[in-house]
Amino acid sequence: MRTDRTTTPARRLGTRVRTTRLAAAGLAAVLGSGLLGACADDGSSDSASSKDSSGGRKTTVSVGVFGVFGYKQAGLYDEYEKLNPGISIKENSTERSEDYYPALLNHLTAGSGLSDIQAIEVDNVNELATEQADRFADLGRANGVSEDDFLKWKWDQAKTEDGKVIGLGTDIGPMGVCYRKDLFGKAGLPTERDEVGKLWAGDWDKYLDAGEKFTSKAPKGTHFMDSAAGLYNGAVSGYPLKNYSRSGELVYKKSPAVRESWDLAMRAIDGKMTGKLKQFDTAWDQAYANGTFASVICPPWMLGYIKEKSGSRGADKWDVAPAPKPANWGGSFLGVPEQAKNKDEAVKLAAWLTAPEQQAKLFKKQASFPSSAKALDMPEVKNAKHEYFDNAPIGEIFAKAAKDIPTTVLGPKDAVVKQNMSDVGILQVEQQEKTPEQGWSAATKKIDDAVED
Amino acid sequence: MAPPDTRVRDRSRASTEGPQGNGPTSGERPGAGRRVGDSGRVSRLHRWDAKWSPYAFIAPFFLFFAVFGLFPLLYTGWASLHSVSLHHPTQMEWTGWHNYSRLLEDEFFWNALRNTFTIGVLSTVPQLLMALGLAHLLNYRLRGSTFFRVAMLTPYATSVAAATLVFAMLFGRDYGMINWVLELVGIDHVDWENGTWTSQIAVSSIVIWRWTGYNTLIYLAAMQAIPGDLYESAALDGASRWQQFRHVTIPALKPTILFTIIVSTIGATQLFGEPLLFGGSQTGGGSHQFQTLGLYLYEQGWFNFHLGRASAIAWAMFLILILIGLINWLIGRRLQKSH
Repeated sequence: MRTDRTTTPARRLGTRVRTTRLAAAGLAAVLGSGLLGACADDGSSDSASSKDSSGGRKTTVSVGVFGVFGYKQAGLYDEYEKLNPGISIKENSTERSEDYYPALLNHLTAGSGLSDIQAIEVDNVNELATEQADRFADLGRANGVSEDDFLKWKWDQAKTEDGKVIGLGTDIGPMGVCYRKDLFGKAGLPTERDEVGKLWAGDWDKYLDAGEKFTSKAPKGTHFMDSAAGLYNGAVSGYPLKNYSRSGELVYKKSPAVRESWDLAMRAIDGKMTGKLKQFDTAWDQAYANGTFASVICPPWMLGYIKEKSGSRGADKWDVAPAPKPANWGGSFLGVPEQAKNKDEAVKLAAWLTAPEQQAKLFKKQASFPSSAKALDMPEVKNAKHEYFDNAPIGEIFAKAAKDIPTTVLGPKDAVVKQNMSDVGILQVEQQEKTPEQGWSAATKKIDDAVED
Repeated sequence: MAPPDTRVRDRSRASTEGPQGNGPTSGERPGAGRRVGDSGRVSRLHRWDAKWSPYAFIAPFFLFFAVFGLFPLLYTGWASLHSVSLHHPTQMEWTGWHNYSRLLEDEFFWNALRNTFTIGVLSTVPQLLMALGLAHLLNYRLRGSTFFRVAMLTPYATSVAAATLVFAMLFGRDYGMINWVLELVGIDHVDWENGTWTSQIAVSSIVIWRWTGYNTLIYLAAMQAIPGDLYESAALDGASRWQQFRHVTIPALKPTILFTIIVSTIGATQLFGEPLLFGGSQTGGGSHQFQTLGLYLYEQGWFNFHLGRASAIAWAMFLILILIGLINWLIGRRLQKSH
């Protein structure tokens, strides 16, 4: 069911990456009557000082997040409060990223309603760094923050042109390929994860070669992968340059990254390798339960989702292999607005929450994959195995991918480009029997309309 | 006006007479002038009260309407004449009618308008016809009629989100129950979401399911207000049940039917939650085959961040509704004249 995606980090990202799943009926009412300016203030700004039981003054630092970040669940707030007796922490959580981000923009503009710390999704971080950099504190030079702790590409994502860092990295989503050993075996492909990884190492086309092999001997009713859009996303995210040029121009139509990834998706559709599913759709969940596709490109946050949807019937069947090329999908940052009521305390807390030790703890308790290079080398991450995926050494596999991910040039309209490529262009070809040319022109028309001023 | 005035005058006289107590003739004249002025003031106060206090009583609604209805409406109109980004909602750049002229050439807008219209027809017409028929049946003496009436209203009480999620599963391509039934009777399975008509039928079915009961109850209430002797005399004239329905019930329901048409049309124009949740995205399907005006507005404003454009769409919807309202009114007037 789509309704209950609230608990795991996987679902948190799921709701963020795929756009609208659960739109509130209230929103419908507001929009339906054509009213703008209905930006509710959730009253989250009451970070005033209050007295604690012992009579001393306490500063309340508020943290605004979307979905489940897991800090509370992992006990990190409690730990920080113990370490800093004068501080108490309050979390304001918005369930859906699609609701969270417009509200954050409104609060930034209004200069009120802001939490002291605001979480930022990777899809939005560049937009904020380009358009709203002056509204965020520079965390790059804050006390207790060390650039070397972080993966370079993650650090750079939140950096403005003039070197200001508006957010500190929390989790990341280096991608691997989750596959079903039973289906691979039946179709005559290797099942052991090292061999599977070797099948396609270094080249997405080899992944599709394996797909062709699978398709020719596929067990009845199964497909090699879930969706062509998933493949497009996996492939395009591995390029240093995708939708934007280094000078910041939107050049997606001529970008080799986009073109090559598009062609891969088209090849997969043409070869009938996909299950014609839309990721995070109900049918996608049902296909997990019924085991009708053999592989899916998966960041660590998706593992919990796969486990839940495949259930006990899928136990001992899934495994994880490295993806052909390292690439990232999802992840977040913590930023501190300039107008935060307790800016100094907020900076301290953000630095602490994103420090390697805390990231490692969060990984252990909540499976959020660390963006801190130092945390990746800590034993609780490095030696992590995932039981459901046949004890795959996920720490090792994903950490290797994470370190090899190139610094990607991001731009403010990346999310719009990606969404329309997937949900309009590729979907038309995959599910509505349009030609690749029709799909491409439909997607580009929509994107051009969206980015036009 | 007269009766309360006299009463007030009488009462004022009674009260002034008491303390004076000089007898009827002596005290009346000197005090008369003052008393008339007094009672005049009281009656003026009263008149003022009678005239204006109703306005005070309804004022709260209009105050709230002004703040949450009228102001946003006007502000949206103002914003629609500007280029506004969700990034900087306060920085508005005047563009005149650009957002509107743009809409005229915007194929996505026309597509959304077309979809809104077809989904509107597909959902409203069967919905009202079914409601009429059901109301007619419920109007007979039935065992457990209260049960049926309450049952009618349960879909209306279900949230859009819950209903739509269930319908999306029913209409699923691979594991949907409707395709399962179709296959049982030997029909090939249908990819409901990806076809233009099939997806619009699916979305309409959610609307029909949710609103038929509501309209049924409205018709039922109106039917019960039709005097029974009309049916009696019709029956004496030898009219069958069907003829009674056509020649007694329908004419008597005309104003009610007009009302439900207006309300359903407004609802259809603003259709949003059903298509959004049915496809799970604001695109309304890969080819926008079920993107309604409401969804398109949402996409422009909250995904592409063009608040100015979204405002123009909102106002276009508003104007369309006014137009539809006018047409309805004209039809209603003609119906009444021809009566």
